[in-house]
Amino acid sequence: MTDTSPAPVASPEHMGEPDELGFFGEFGGRYVGEPLIGACEEVEAAFVDAWGDPAFRDEFIHVLNTYGGRPSPTTECGNLSEQLGLRLLLKREDLNHTGSHKINNVIGQALLAKRMGKTRLIAETGAGQHGVATATAAALLGMSCTVYMGEVDMARQELNVFRMRLLGTEVVPAMSGSRTLKDAVNEAMRAWVSEVGDTHYCLGSVMGPHPYPWMVRTFHEIIGTEARQQVMDLTGGLPDVAVACVGGGSNAAGLFAGFADDPGVRLVGAEPAGGAAAGRGVPAIVHGMKSYFMQDEVGQILEAESISAGLDYPGLGPEHSHLAKTKRAEYFPVTDAEVLDAFQLLSRSEGIIPALESAHAIAWVTKAKDELKGQTVLVNMSGRGDKDVQQVQEILGEQA
Amino acid sequence: MSDTQVKKQESLEAYLTERRGQRRLLMPYVTAGVCPDWLELVDAVIDAGADAIEIGIPFSDPAIDGTTIQEATVVALEAGMTPARCLTELSQRQFGVPLIAMTHYNLVYRYGHERFADDLVAAGGWGTILPDLPMEHGADWTAIAAERGIENVLLAAPVTSDARLQRVADESGGFVYVVSTMGTTGARAGVDDAATVLATRVKSMTNKPAVVGFGISNGETAVTAAKAADGVIIASALMRRILEGQSVEEAASLVAEVRAALDEAYPAG
Ligand SMILES: Cc1ncc(COP(=O)(O)O)c(C=O)c1O
Repeated sequence: MTDTSPAPVASPEHMGEPDELGFFGEFGGRYVGEPLIGACEEVEAAFVDAWGDPAFRDEFIHVLNTYGGRPSPTTECGNLSEQLGLRLLLKREDLNHTGSHKINNVIGQALLAKRMGKTRLIAETGAGQHGVATATAAALLGMSCTVYMGEVDMARQELNVFRMRLLGTEVVPAMSGSRTLKDAVNEAMRAWVSEVGDTHYCLGSVMGPHPYPWMVRTFHEIIGTEARQQVMDLTGGLPDVAVACVGGGSNAAGLFAGFADDPGVRLVGAEPAGGAAAGRGVPAIVHGMKSYFMQDEVGQILEAESISAGLDYPGLGPEHSHLAKTKRAEYFPVTDAEVLDAFQLLSRSEGIIPALESAHAIAWVTKAKDELKGQTVLVNMSGRGDKDVQQVQEILGEQA
Repeated sequence: MSDTQVKKQESLEAYLTERRGQRRLLMPYVTAGVCPDWLELVDAVIDAGADAIEIGIPFSDPAIDGTTIQEATVVALEAGMTPARCLTELSQRQFGVPLIAMTHYNLVYRYGHERFADDLVAAGGWGTILPDLPMEHGADWTAIAAERGIENVLLAAPVTSDARLQRVADESGGFVYVVSTMGTTGARAGVDDAATVLATRVKSMTNKPAVVGFGISNGETAVTAAKAADGVIIASALMRRILEGQSVEEAASLVAEVRAALDEAYPAG
């Protein structure tokens, strides 16, 4: 890939543009209060304008390449392939600056915010990865930044809290509800309402009100575009399966976008068992969108529970609900125990310590290895495990 | 279902339009289940001079609400409040003024539009306020509600463009909810001038009552907010009193105080 690499495929059949009201099939929309309608319209207009401007895309790619470390390679995992009886390839988003795929979206939105004349970014974060990425982009572009993070997550991911502060960002604990990601989203949306004039809400996944699910996916499509070419170069063909973990679903959406129109490529999302929204198949309207959510019988949103803070979200982005409903993609739950095993397995057999989030995708592959026998399996290594080693040490220490 | 409820004779809009000719409208908000005797609180604020009551049905993720309503929501949910229980408890009483359900749309969606509208009518409900259901997505609910005489109130914000505001004014049912400030619900020391500016814009576009909400904490802020509007909503300041442990009577005295301040400042409505 060069600085002038062409934009991702214009309108894939399965992952095309949402309709005028922001729906992918029956999911999506813009379910926000009147004070935020104008702000969403402003972001939509700015995004459409920017994405249609070759100069903006060039700048986006330029920053990703010269600052973010793109393109990220695709790695063939010889040892684990042999163990599992399949051909395992990893798309190495863990090698990006700040350690995960999150930088793609954040650079896109920060450049957009600048173009809109905003001086400040706000964001929610779960594991802290999106918060760190946003803080990084804010530092790079000279913007001020506030990140909302559940109090529970702040304790789980202390180092990322410190990283954000080091980068000059203010970290505000979300104290309500489960004090995890969904509460951080609530808090960020509240803050956005009162500061909408000079502030851009840099949402961290393919969720929230239109145009966010579409815009964030678009900024991540580079994952799938690169991976498709790299797998072709390495194997001479397309993968049989493309797998990614799903919290809100941004790394999965970016990967899937590269293969959505290849009918032979199976798309698989791995959700944490304690936060598996797609499997339950019940839509809710929350956080500005209609999508599948874990909820009780009257519609109160349940609290997700996962070993990985970044997947601790009771819903998923609307385009994933659409892909699930239309059966273009499949979503499977994996348990915390399976994830811990996969975390260690990849570390030992390939020398790659995955983020706990990304270990979900590996966990699904190990579970499904019999049905995947002999197949080429592409996994999105959405992030590296540096942030998680302390937590895993505590858990494994306890078990020993 | 209960037939003790006062049968509504007219639309919410007609009722409020008639009332505003006599005095500034006062609509207190009560979170269902915020205290064990929340129904007594509803009675007490009606006695203190309310023209209509907003009943908040607590939702797990109250993204549009400020800290006070969030706290009230947590208390109510922990006490086991649900949409069905709220509507059932209301239906067993008789209230002298219209009730308006205020909640996040997911609870109505999951309940089922038809069933929610039926049960709301039985509970004495005349309208709904669903702040996270903008008019683009509200046609289904609005139509089903309208068949049962329920009016769906839309919100207007200071940033709402003229073109959009005209649509809000045209499509809003009952009255137009004027959001006084760019923020979440919550009592504030002062009320933005934005309230006056926006209420004036709304009233230039429609004859429907314009009622200001968000940030009204006492008689003084109510009088300021009601300058160009037909009335005010008082929510967080009232819930704050309950959360601080005040009795129903003590809390309701805030409503009486606001009533008196409004009537003194605007004697002829
Ligand atoms: C490494 C990594 N992968 C995945 C996720 C989940 O986000 P998404 O589902 O939007 O890709 C996160 C979120 O923090 C993350 O840090």
